[in-house]
Amino acid sequence: MDKNREKNLQLPLNITSKDIGYDVITRSNVNYNTCYHCRCCASGCPFVHAMDYAPHGIIRLLQLRLYEQALKSSTIWLCVGCNTCSSVCPMSIDMSAIMDALRQIALEQNIKVAQPSTLKFHTEVLNSIQRYGRTHKLEIMLRYKVKTMDFFSDMDVGIKMLTKRKLDLMPSKINDMEAIKKIFKPEE
Amino acid sequence: MDKKLIEISYFPGCSLATSAKENNISLIKFCRSIGYELIELEDWNCCGSSSAHSIDSKTAFGLASRNLSLALPDRPLLAACPSCLLRLQQTHLHLSNNSDLQNDYKKMWGKQFNKDLKIIHFFEMLSNINLPAFIDNVEIDNKNGKSKTPLKKLPLENISFVPYYGCMLARPPEMNKMPNYHGLIEKILSSLGAKSYLWSYSSRCCGTFLSASRPDIVTPIVNGIMGQALESGADCIVTACAMCHLNLEIRCSIKNPIPTLHFSEILSLAMGIKDYKGWFKRHIVDPLPMLKSKGII
Ligand code: SF4
Ligand code: SF4
Repeated sequence: MDKNREKNLQLPLNITSKDIGYDVITRSNVNYNTCYHCRCCASGCPFVHAMDYAPHGIIRLLQLRLYEQALKSSTIWLCVGCNTCSSVCPMSIDMSAIMDALRQIALEQNIKVAQPSTLKFHTEVLNSIQRYGRTHKLEIMLRYKVKTMDFFSDMDVGIKMLTKRKLDLMPSKINDMEAIKKIFKPEE
Repeated sequence: MDKKLIEISYFPGCSLATSAKENNISLIKFCRSIGYELIELEDWNCCGSSSAHSIDSKTAFGLASRNLSLALPDRPLLAACPSCLLRLQQTHLHLSNNSDLQNDYKKMWGKQFNKDLKIIHFFEMLSNINLPAFIDNVEIDNKNGKSKTPLKKLPLENISFVPYYGCMLARPPEMNKMPNYHGLIEKILSSLGAKSYLWSYSSRCCGTFLSASRPDIVTPIVNGIMGQALESGADCIVTACAMCHLNLEIRCSIKNPIPTLHFSEILSLAMGIKDYKGWFKRHIVDPLPMLKSKGII
């Protein structure tokens, strides 16, 4: 995406431009080889207990060129990009950018997604934006329910949100939908 | 007050426009009470939320950049939602540092990228304001501009709170030298008489979208936050993020949680803005009984 990025980065010695690691670095603009596994990120991450690899574990996999394991991990789908880790990392590693890159590479390579429910949710949000230019929460929730075939869990929360008018029935649509089309299908 | 209001472009974002309308309305009213008129960015679109940058960086960039292209050149752009703010600021930063992206931007939106556009958070606006000066019952010492002995009592006396920032103050490394407003909620509300309590969860992420896809992970986290808040003995939690507010309300399974107020709501109460009933009706945990018992309303 960004041609200047490549120049500014010192590539780790063990990878070539054909490596997935190279792709991760150019997309995220982060040289993950500077991570020395102090684990500050892992101790701050609120979701580490639910992940199969701790955040720095993903970096270790990348350093060892075990890319497939990283791409198949649940970690990349459970990271919410809250930046709690990056703000304490002594090497200023942008973990959230690494996770974004890995997720997108995993999708492009049709790797089995470890947390399909999260992907379904993200897809529904993007579909909603593509339709209206904004998110329509009620529709996102309903479509997400259909996709996950999970109709009955969380009914109480849905009803609470409806009665508190937190879910608008009608979507709010922007005027210039042409612009949104352009964003989703940029001309080559 | 019939002083002319200073106009600022305003990006409400999807949460404030829908599920957190109370946050939106109280923010607009509060800003008016301190001399600012928030003018909604015309035909704004969703910033992309967490989902766009998670699975499609190009789309995330396009969505944020269109909003930037809508901003008027002569005034700052205020984003109320911390997550929208981050998306807008980061996209602006990437554009500023990259002429190729600026060319794409020009092709797409038919105008030059405005490097000088200031994108600010509500906090930035508050950080230089002496709020007690806007409240009628406080006598102001004109010499140093500081508030002198209050004539009556300060508006938020008797109420105690724990500040909840969630992840809003954490930023990616490329942005971590930008001003950080940690402690601002405490500073401002204390100046209005409220008492802030210390706790260790003020910067704990609320779980954001995992609340939809993995409530089993988020509920224990939210309960941990609420449990600590209860233990602190505070009357309420004050948050500046609509997403945090929603998750604390819908994902808490602890009995008798304390209410969570939007920062803009409690500020509006302090300024004597009266139409709070409609806002609090939209809360799942009703703050009215607590506010009444403390004599705030
Ligand atoms: S905090 Fe930074 S340096 Fe430490 S383990 Fe995590 S990514 Fe590596
Ligand atoms: S950005 Fe991701 S890895 Fe880092 S603390 Fe947040 S959830 Fe954990």
